[in-house]
Amino acid sequence: MSIVEILPRVRSFRLPRIDGLTQWIVPLVILLVWQAACVTGYVPARVMPAPTDVALAGWKLLISGELAQNIWVSFWRASVGFLIGGSIGFAFGLANGLSQLSSKLTDTTLQMVRNVPHLALIPLVILWFGIDESAKLFLVALGVFFPIYLNTLHGIRTVDPQLIEMGRIYGMSNSELFRRVIFPGALPSIFVGVRFALGIMWLTLIVAETIAASSGLGYMAMQAREFMQIDVVVLSILIYALLGKVADSASRGLERLTLSWHPAFQKH
Amino acid sequence: MTVQQSLRLSHADAQVIDVPVDFEQAIATQARRPSEQKSRGLSLTIRGLRKSFGSNEVLRGVDLHIPAGQFVAIVGQSGCGKSTLLRLIAGLDAPTAGTISFGEETRAEDIRVMFQEPRLLPWASVLSNVEVGLGTDRTSADAKARAESALTEVGLAEKRDQWPSVLSGGQKQRVALARALVSHPRVLALDEPLGALDALTRISMQQLLGRVWHDQTFTSILVTHDVSEAVALADRVLVIEDGRIAHDINVDIARPRQRGSADLAALEGSILRNLLGPGADATGL
Repeated sequence: MSIVEILPRVRSFRLPRIDGLTQWIVPLVILLVWQAACVTGYVPARVMPAPTDVALAGWKLLISGELAQNIWVSFWRASVGFLIGGSIGFAFGLANGLSQLSSKLTDTTLQMVRNVPHLALIPLVILWFGIDESAKLFLVALGVFFPIYLNTLHGIRTVDPQLIEMGRIYGMSNSELFRRVIFPGALPSIFVGVRFALGIMWLTLIVAETIAASSGLGYMAMQAREFMQIDVVVLSILIYALLGKVADSASRGLERLTLSWHPAFQKH
Repeated sequence: MTVQQSLRLSHADAQVIDVPVDFEQAIATQARRPSEQKSRGLSLTIRGLRKSFGSNEVLRGVDLHIPAGQFVAIVGQSGCGKSTLLRLIAGLDAPTAGTISFGEETRAEDIRVMFQEPRLLPWASVLSNVEVGLGTDRTSADAKARAESALTEVGLAEKRDQWPSVLSGGQKQRVALARALVSHPRVLALDEPLGALDALTRISMQQLLGRVWHDQTFTSILVTHDVSEAVALADRVLVIEDGRIAHDINVDIARPRQRGSADLAALEGSILRNLLGPGADATGL
């Protein structure tokens, strides 16, 4: 939340047309400075290609169909891995949040596994799965699992017990209590987990594709390094940034849609 | 006729004013509303009620009969067991010993509780929060209409589509009242429902509570730490001390009661003396 939203007096002077564009001012300025530095020769092209050169490299890859292919492969891995890991994390979060027995059985184990950096498993994963799709999906799913598990669990445990008592007094069945009280109460926390998980999803995928892959954006960047195509390397990095932004915006949009009751999301 | 009497008259039935009746008699009949008018409320009998939490005995044998439709206020110092008694009556906790029986067979919807906190679902609109109060009738076709009429009853019909977070504390508590009333309960248990409100909001909420109790004729049990609230609303005030009913006081003052009137103030003073000991109602200045 920006300071502009906090100060109502200042807010009244905000120009609504500029509002959506404001966030792009800084990236645009960086791009301009970068271009200027390259054109004037201040930064040698071997170190950093100009934005125009990167755009040109992107255009060439787009024409050849290579770019779309690699983006699609990476996107597919990211979303499938996210769905698998996220669903399992959500399921464990629900089970351990709602059942003492389940929590006693599994929580300690999960907390131990959580403290192993999942990227440290890459050598093991390569031995298990080779470098095919399952290796990447496994790593992404594992990385996404924990933030979603922890935040779902936290969300459910912190639902106001007074509201739960109220639900019981008014005769809600267990499933109704879950649907009307517990799940909506846990939702803000679950969304925090989703946004953390999205960050980890990209991180894991980049590392996995860079180390062990034969397609995808990370692979494209590593190939380009072999052939000294620094413009393609930079292009890959920029695309990651853009995809990360898209994923984050999507989750924010979903948040706004489902949490419109929350004071933080109310329009003034 | 004194000012106070004329104010009372203005509240009374128009027909009563037209007919030349004995004025004192008119007020007296008004005061005994439950016996005049058939009450929908349930009577309540408590025998030998005890409740312990571990080694701490909070209620030490309570015997009590509440006739149908009576408005009973329970006062006492913090930790005297008044809220525990209410929770047992409302069925939220199980007694350690003793029985609570209602005059007739009851359904869950017949007994409703209102707490100090409104306990509204922040993610549900005002109207669906009220619908929650219908209990197992939530899914029936007229659920929405019933919730709307309960909201109208508390004067918040125009807020039906709002989120609870935009309401003031008093409005939230009125929604909670609508939720408690929507199933037309026969017993309403109130656990310091106005304790968190500011003084002015509290007075208007007291008037609202008095009105709905009068209109819907349920049995009402109010736990409060505010003795003036107790004497303003109740037919009967119970003072609880050390887990027992120490005093059982009939509030024989005509309704509508005039806030700040001498008889209410006198009664309030005597209850405060019961609560705190002689001279305790002095301000200490």
